[in-house]
Amino acid sequence: MAATSRREFLAIGGLLVGFKFGDSAFAPQLLAAETAQTPAPARLDSWLRIGADQSVRVFTGKVDIGMGVQTALMQIVAEELDVAVARVELIMGDTGETPDQGGVGGSTSISAGAKPLRNAAAAARALLIELASARLGVAPGQLEVADGVIRVKGDASKSVSYGALVNDHNLTENLRVSGSGFAVNVEGNGKPKDPAKYKIVGQSVPRVDLPGKIFGRAMYSTDVRVPGMLHGRVIRPSGAGASLVRVDDSAAKGIRGYVQTVTRGNFVGVVAENEWAAIRARDAVKVTWSGVADVFPSDLYAHMRQAKPKASRESGRAEFSRGQKIVEASYEWPFQAHATMGPGCAVADFRADGITTVWSGAQKPHALKQGLAQMLGVDEDRVRVVWVEAAGSYGRAGDEDVAGDAALLSQAVGKPVRVEWSRADMTAWGGKGPAAMVDFKAALGADGRIEALEMIARAFSGTEIIPQANTAGNMLAGQLIGMPNTTEGNEYVQWGASTFAYEIPQVHWAGHVIAPLAPAASPMRAMHLRDPNGPAGTFAGESFLDELAAAAGADPIEFRLRHIKDPRMEAILKAVAERAGWETRPSPKRDLGAGRGIAIALRGGTYVATVAEVEADRTNRAIRVKRLVCAHDCGLIVNPEALRGTIQANLVQSMSRALKERVTFDDHKVTSVDWKSYPVARWADVPKIEVVLVNHPEIAPSGAGEPSSRPTAAAIANAVFDATGVRVRRAPILGSG
Amino acid sequence: MAQISLNVNGKNYRVDAEPDCPLLYVLRDNIGLNNPRFGCGLGQCGACTVLVNGSAMRSCTLPVERAASKKIVTLEGLGTPEHPHPVQAAFLEEQAFQCGYCLNGWILSAAALLERHPHPSEQQIQAAFEGLICRCGSHAQISAAVKRAAERRA
Repeated sequence: MAATSRREFLAIGGLLVGFKFGDSAFAPQLLAAETAQTPAPARLDSWLRIGADQSVRVFTGKVDIGMGVQTALMQIVAEELDVAVARVELIMGDTGETPDQGGVGGSTSISAGAKPLRNAAAAARALLIELASARLGVAPGQLEVADGVIRVKGDASKSVSYGALVNDHNLTENLRVSGSGFAVNVEGNGKPKDPAKYKIVGQSVPRVDLPGKIFGRAMYSTDVRVPGMLHGRVIRPSGAGASLVRVDDSAAKGIRGYVQTVTRGNFVGVVAENEWAAIRARDAVKVTWSGVADVFPSDLYAHMRQAKPKASRESGRAEFSRGQKIVEASYEWPFQAHATMGPGCAVADFRADGITTVWSGAQKPHALKQGLAQMLGVDEDRVRVVWVEAAGSYGRAGDEDVAGDAALLSQAVGKPVRVEWSRADMTAWGGKGPAAMVDFKAALGADGRIEALEMIARAFSGTEIIPQANTAGNMLAGQLIGMPNTTEGNEYVQWGASTFAYEIPQVHWAGHVIAPLAPAASPMRAMHLRDPNGPAGTFAGESFLDELAAAAGADPIEFRLRHIKDPRMEAILKAVAERAGWETRPSPKRDLGAGRGIAIALRGGTYVATVAEVEADRTNRAIRVKRLVCAHDCGLIVNPEALRGTIQANLVQSMSRALKERVTFDDHKVTSVDWKSYPVARWADVPKIEVVLVNHPEIAPSGAGEPSSRPTAAAIANAVFDATGVRVRRAPILGSG
Repeated sequence: MAQISLNVNGKNYRVDAEPDCPLLYVLRDNIGLNNPRFGCGLGQCGACTVLVNGSAMRSCTLPVERAASKKIVTLEGLGTPEHPHPVQAAFLEEQAFQCGYCLNGWILSAAALLERHPHPSEQQIQAAFEGLICRCGSHAQISAAVKRAAERRA
């Protein structure tokens, strides 16, 4: 745990700013805001500072949502600086301490997010070598570095440590800045290493966060405790479109520790001195809402087919003629919930002068700072968001919205308030991964190849609420107090370069965005859930490819290879087939009630192929996934075992979504409120999981957090077809839908 | 309000609490522990698991008065980095978990299971774990860790 322990930094020269941290469990409150300007990326010491004790403190706008990316980022910095990983400490996602890197999203933390860290470390190393050269009177080319000590090659008696050098010099050099958000990058005078010479990158360094978690010493956003803190709970409307009529808190007044009920517009929350009092007060307060009905459709897919799209796009052309063999099929994917393990939780401390600190597990803390400032009506630089790890969010989960709730309550009562959502607040009122439906049509030529293909996708936009909570109206609390959502976007289920691995002569794609089911403050508002449109689009596309293979009487892998020219995709298809022991033959097999299916995906330069093996019984429709085998190529692998762990877990989570997960709702509210009404995979559902990692040290790393979400559902559905001859075209596969 | 005596991780406490308050909030708010964790408040997920007289229990639905004078062990009290419990050592070696928010349930249920069944069958493991959720999907590593822990204890 040395790597993440809070070290006391000595104030030396201009390099260090005299950090002093107490016990880590209380560190965030000691950091409470005075001023909260975000460090400028153009200065080296915004990214990296070295202590007299040889410790390296790295500041990143990236955060870790449970996949271990912090360990990988530390390896990358340690590699460039030639120091042991244990010397590196990473400060993540604090808007007053770390540059804005757009937060976390799109599986870009390594592919894009590590670039400025790598370059800043290389710049620092070059600068330190220059200083050592002057100090030792030796040309830079004759110097080498071992664990932060610069020495003369062949004469170890002549050396100087990084720590000694920074006594006399500030690492405040200017860096050249390019890009913004996820793409922000910096460059200094140092050149990063040739990956062929990596010694630390590529090693399975144990995850630095796990010891603290396993021994119960880690701190999550739920564990932030601020002096004088009160506890809040929210009371949501009776359904989409309901308006607050009246609040009667007389029954709550008898609860010891009850403080008050806060109402503003349609926002209602209770505040109490302790959690149990807050929970009981929430249940005791009588709230009357205006009646609502007929907001949500009774048949979701019929609605999606009939609704006039709010936006449409298309590309390409596909012509079909009479002589061709035509195959058509339609696929449906439901709304799904983040349903994070820990419901949303945040602490907000709004002071009388408007200075506000918010502790949050939000994936994009710098954006959240803007949205909260707007909601509170204060200058952005008065607000500081301190990221504290939360339960795995996997997209725009609950951390931003609950931060808005806490900010409103703290502002109303003038004291720090911690808000923790109930399970129903999370599952029913958290954002939803959008539903989609896709119609496919294709023509097979006499040679068994696809000659023309048409894909027409209808889906809700995953950016009804954009992932950046940079406006008040982006957050549920903002909408409940009447602030408009001004940043809604249109996101399509695509058939594009990032998802499509095949070469087909004619491809026609059309995408339609279905309008949100309710205009504002809706429990069905669509947001990003891990790999936003990937599982839906790939379930459709890769199931359809399987239907075409069956129509052509071809083995599903052999059929795919007919349309693939990319050698990396060919290689992982072969790798997964070999590990899975794939038997080459057309589907379905039908006879034994057991089957196997394949699906592939390409996402942002990462190649994935997954084979599922299932047991399926046609008579009682029981399906059990027995084995998932995934081959994965994301270029250079930074930390093989941490990567394997993330992919293994992603296979289980994506299997859960494929088999079980569907948000249910009646005409005005969500009826998925807990783990019974929103079931996910449990122990008995989990199959044997195998991951084949394909490493390409010569290719810059691409993303790995999301791509393996993508093929799982189609691989399982294709295996069900192989076993039974029955084609599943609606997810979840086990649900009656 | 009542004064209730609790024994938590080997220490005796007297807390002022409503007798029906779930043990979870007393451990977190009165005693200041970070584990157990709130997951659902309904006994459906296991994030709030503690050991009560050696049995894995859901502290979110257990009224504090029913835990009075029993031996309560939370994750903080199971082992330390210097003296890890075999289950903690095994989970660390297997690098189990993604976010780790759920791990009270898995680690404490595994510890209770192995205390009762040092060489658990698949059915016994299933019975111990069926009430738990890991939303990240770390089940493969958890499975390996439980097997490793059983071997360690043997």
